[in-house]
Amino acid sequence: MLDYLIKRTVQVLVVLFLALTTVFFIIRLSGDPTALFLPPDAPREQLEEFRKALGFDRPLYVQYTEFMTNAVQGDFGNSLRTREDALQTVLNRIPATFQLAFTALGLSLLIAIPIGINSAYKRNTLFDQTGVAFTVLGQALPSFWLGLILIYVFAVQFKWLPTGGGGSMIHLILPALTLAAYSVARFARFTRSTMLDVLRKDYIRTAKASGIPMYKILSVYALKNTLIPIITLVALDLGVLLGGAVIVEVVFAWPGLGRLLMQSLLNRDFPVVMAGVFLIAFIYSVINFVVDVLYAYVNPQIRYK
Amino acid sequence: MNQTTVTESNVNPQLLKKRKAGSGKAGFYLRQLKKSPSGMAGFVIILIVLFLGIFGSWVAPYDPNLAELSKKLLPPMSEGHLLGTDQLGRDILSRLIHGTSVSLIIGSCAVVVAGAVGTTLGVIAGYFRGWVDTIIMRLVDVVLSFPFILLVLVINAVIGTGLKNIILSLAIAGWVIYARVVRSEVLALREKEFIVSCVATGVPRWEIILKHIVPNLFTPIIVLSSLQIATYIIAEASISFLGFGVQPPQPAWGNMLSEGKDYIFSAWWLITFPGIAIVVTALGVNLFGDWLRDVLDPELKGN
Repeated sequence: MLDYLIKRTVQVLVVLFLALTTVFFIIRLSGDPTALFLPPDAPREQLEEFRKALGFDRPLYVQYTEFMTNAVQGDFGNSLRTREDALQTVLNRIPATFQLAFTALGLSLLIAIPIGINSAYKRNTLFDQTGVAFTVLGQALPSFWLGLILIYVFAVQFKWLPTGGGGSMIHLILPALTLAAYSVARFARFTRSTMLDVLRKDYIRTAKASGIPMYKILSVYALKNTLIPIITLVALDLGVLLGGAVIVEVVFAWPGLGRLLMQSLLNRDFPVVMAGVFLIAFIYSVINFVVDVLYAYVNPQIRYK
Repeated sequence: MNQTTVTESNVNPQLLKKRKAGSGKAGFYLRQLKKSPSGMAGFVIILIVLFLGIFGSWVAPYDPNLAELSKKLLPPMSEGHLLGTDQLGRDILSRLIHGTSVSLIIGSCAVVVAGAVGTTLGVIAGYFRGWVDTIIMRLVDVVLSFPFILLVLVINAVIGTGLKNIILSLAIAGWVIYARVVRSEVLALREKEFIVSCVATGVPRWEIILKHIVPNLFTPIIVLSSLQIATYIIAEASISFLGFGVQPPQPAWGNMLSEGKDYIFSAWWLITFPGIAIVVTALGVNLFGDWLRDVLDPELKGN
């Protein structure tokens, strides 16, 4: 186990180091990063001055070394707008994004697992086919459009909920539902197919033969064995959820990381963008790492692969 | 000069029926398609979308950028505007139809670029293994450590909007899926007897790769591509909605929604129809892709 732990830790560190490098090079994709930081109509002298001030006139490897040395210590520079520390600005928005992402995750599991189990148990019935149809539809539904429609129905027409903003549970309902929709489709589909496999197993037949009631077989014996693959999918989907949160936050003006990133992109506040993008990659990699280690702990076969 | 011409009247009617039902590969797929209502639905949707994408400028009732302020925000079914008009009095149906080609071009070009790059690197990683494999797969890990849509958004914000740059952004973030799938296919193929015997008889490497490995990759690549197109179309709409991607006044489904959201209190049709266009297109492609996977790769069925 220790060997595996060390190996995976090194792997994660390498990926994070490369992710940081990627963040550095992304904003140099356009050639001259100075042009990104300033509005397109900025005068030439201002460009030159800015280039010097940010050190973009130095050789690339000097800039890279400096960026990496600082970034490893959590210093991504200061926000060009507020002059505050970029990483701190980003970290302040994390709680709101986590609230949204985890509410959406909980919501989607709560909806998807019962649907998936029922679909598998009542395979090829009307319930199952309706469920499958909805999951297919759910995957074709862009979250920002679903968000707009929910706003139109529940905020504009019925006036039950606010159109956007943050700060209370009421504000959380629509964005969380919107974000959950995509995962519900995926989780339900996956639960159904895993459950179908499990229901074919011998121990389920034995359980049935011993006269254990079906609801108990489904909710206890079968469910336990479908959970492990579902947990993996959940971990993989957290990245999708965090990415999706960026868009959903903009639609609902939810004061999280995603909205900050969008505003910073539009304002050309690239220190904040770099800190934010790296932070998301960091969170995602750490979650994956934890899941992998837990998985290896539960299932020793994996460690020796 | 007693040549008999083959016409429908003098051919055995049963034979004719057989031919009409279709023979050969195309016939096989057509027959399979008839058996699957959802696959057929997807196929029909794709045909309609393709038609609108290619002949859109002939079909559209108005010029998509013709602004008539006197006719702004007309609701659907009024004054010859089937789906109404937007805040500048432009015909929504015409803008939707013109938006089709934008979505199609971006979706299909991004699939081709991402697929070509990803497949090439996947084959190299899977066939040569060793340090080349390690480097390529670390690169894949790194790209995958960023959420797809976020990466597309940031890259697009940096390299700039415009069709070419949108395609490039999607491809930079999207090639990794191909590399992963192709690599694992190649790893499995390498162990197959027909490849092992090629190696043993001294067939040159490039010939093994091009003649024996690559043809066997077509099925997984086609299946993956059919599903990726929907992902790319939705991603393009998302970034256009956020203010990057396709810029107004060029009509695209994403930026139509973006402009429409400011009128959510007064004009529901601005946010409704572009969204339906995206959903129907993505649904059609997905349904067709699912069917294609079932037919080409029966082992995966139902997963």
